[in-house]
Amino acid sequence: MADKTRSTKVKAQSLPGNESAEVLRGYYEQMALVRAFELRASEMYARAKIGGYCHLNLGEEATVIGLVAALEARDYLYVSYRDHGYALARGMQPGAVMAELFGKSTGVSGGRGGSMHMFDMDLRMLGGYGIVGGQIPPATGAALAVSYRSEAGPDSEAVMCLLGDGTTNIGAFHESLNLAGLWNLPIVYVIMNNKLGMGTPVALAAAEPDLYQRGWSYRIEGERVDGDDPIAVRDAARKALEIARVQRRPRILEATSFRLRGHSVVDPARYRSKEDNEAARSADPVPLFRGRLIDSGVIDSAQADEIDAKAEARVTEAVAFADDSPDPKVENLFDYTYATAVANASTALPGDPVVTLS
Amino acid sequence: MTNEAKTNDSIQKSDDGPRVITYRQALNETLRTELLRDENVYLIGEEIGVFEGSYKITAGLLKEFGPKRVVDTPIAEEGFVGAAIGSAMLGLRPVVEIMTINFSLIAIDQIVNHAAKMHAMFGGQVNVPMVIRTPGGGGQQLAATHSQNLEVWYAHIPGLKVVAPSTPADAKALLTAAIRDDDPVIFLENLGLYNLKGEVPDGEQVAEIGKAAVVKPGTDLTLISYSRGMVTALEVAKQFESEGVSIEVVDLRSLRPLDRDTVCASVRKTSRAVIFEDDLLTYGIGAEISATIGEGAFDFLDAPVRRVAAAEVPLPYAKPLELAAIPDAADLIKVIREVLDATRFER
Repeated sequence: MADKTRSTKVKAQSLPGNESAEVLRGYYEQMALVRAFELRASEMYARAKIGGYCHLNLGEEATVIGLVAALEARDYLYVSYRDHGYALARGMQPGAVMAELFGKSTGVSGGRGGSMHMFDMDLRMLGGYGIVGGQIPPATGAALAVSYRSEAGPDSEAVMCLLGDGTTNIGAFHESLNLAGLWNLPIVYVIMNNKLGMGTPVALAAAEPDLYQRGWSYRIEGERVDGDDPIAVRDAARKALEIARVQRRPRILEATSFRLRGHSVVDPARYRSKEDNEAARSADPVPLFRGRLIDSGVIDSAQADEIDAKAEARVTEAVAFADDSPDPKVENLFDYTYATAVANASTALPGDPVVTLS
Repeated sequence: MTNEAKTNDSIQKSDDGPRVITYRQALNETLRTELLRDENVYLIGEEIGVFEGSYKITAGLLKEFGPKRVVDTPIAEEGFVGAAIGSAMLGLRPVVEIMTINFSLIAIDQIVNHAAKMHAMFGGQVNVPMVIRTPGGGGQQLAATHSQNLEVWYAHIPGLKVVAPSTPADAKALLTAAIRDDDPVIFLENLGLYNLKGEVPDGEQVAEIGKAAVVKPGTDLTLISYSRGMVTALEVAKQFESEGVSIEVVDLRSLRPLDRDTVCASVRKTSRAVIFEDDLLTYGIGAEISATIGEGAFDFLDAPVRRVAAAEVPLPYAKPLELAAIPDAADLIKVIREVLDATRFER
């Protein structure tokens, strides 16, 4: 089966005339920050500053910025394990995100979650999730809570749940779509289609490779958008969120982009063809958007360089902050096992006696 | 498939002192009380509304509270348990019914990888205040897939609390505590307990999770059990009383956290210990209790700790085979006699 989302054509993206230069410039600043942050994270992983798994948003920056730009502060965001860029775009401090990667106490999750588990209650980013699709039922339940507590309307809260192309094949996705369709929940499921689930192409994994169509058996409408264009992504996401708020109907949005690197930092992606790699490079959304802004006179190339340099400087500061931050204390190991203190909860370390009777 | 419960509970209404009601009624009344008390509490599960629950625990509640507070779900355990988790992250207090503990396996990723982990993994920023009520238990000819006691799977997981009330009074007090707790609580029920009657005090009763109870004091042997096993344990203990053997019975009540000190304090006094459990022997609850006694009361023991647990076989349908595989009073009496004889106990 041919993958209709695959294209090697260089994209021509123009800018809509009604966008303010300040907004466009802001989007590029954020894309540049995510790009610089992820490249540095890769470097820090190679230098063993970062442990565990580390999945990067390289190639996904336009989708990251477009989706987060569509969200209101009152909305809730659930993300997969490829979550660093979303954390930054949603407003987490680069230093605190880097500190989380470094496992430091100043990290956004106190160093307890790492790369896959960026979380900030105040910013309503309710987690990156390490288990593929693990976020989908809870995100659906967050939408249930929104509809439990409030009426539909343009000022309603809504939930956005991100997932990868491979995740559309798991049961939790389909069970959740059924619940959201049945209960009219205010949620937008965004499928980040980067054409590969680890190394498996979409067409080899999905019996319906037009992923935005996968909601039809639950009467959930879907739309595909060019994930390399932040403005197209933002506008499509805004429309879907509006439907969630006002009509209390779930929607699917499929954003297509290319993963510029392997599945995670340690994956050399030898399974990718030369053509695929060329296509990915030619669609790279960061230089593409930079070029659009310069071509349309929003910024000149000196200003673009300045933005890139500023992003680099912020990431350098973030690394310094993470480096200088203290490790979590071993005496706090058991602090968050339970939210409500409970009798007889074990605080034994390996080798400690388990019975405390004298 | 599930078998529908037959309900013929008689409700004794009285405002004076404790009433005698069934375990089922205690659960139903507690759910109602908590729904009235806190509008963030809601019930969610399969067939709990229109059908009033496979075992009729939620009878009458849809009619009284409506479909927002009593949510019937499609057959989608992973989906609706996960949805309950998400709603709890935003501050609702879902009480989930999973029709039997066997079906919880379909939701185990959401329970173990998500509900149990979120508070710790996100650095204490979010709570998951939810209860999962679910019955275990064999003995109803439901065959291998519908007769399991899988509580130990959950008791293994930090971040979860697992409680297992054995009486109507504890059903009320532990369910109240579980609903008001800010952590995910697995609330173990048992098909064999729903019609059990007992005194239940009126008014608010909130148990302390994590505490075992010595429900019958004794001096000669400690008998440890939980949930449905407690019914048999107490019967057998009474029987031995008439033979001049004083058995102390400990009801674990909470499987995580585990009240090791109460168990060990009892065994230090009696010097003999037998564990009666419905789950499988190998890696079962009794294995953990036995290891605990080995560490906390070794010098006081007069005989090896013995466990009476289910035979290691997918539970067959045929009644004689089922009866042979499930631990019963006769098995327990035999083992207690062996322990007494091994220590030359004078009767």
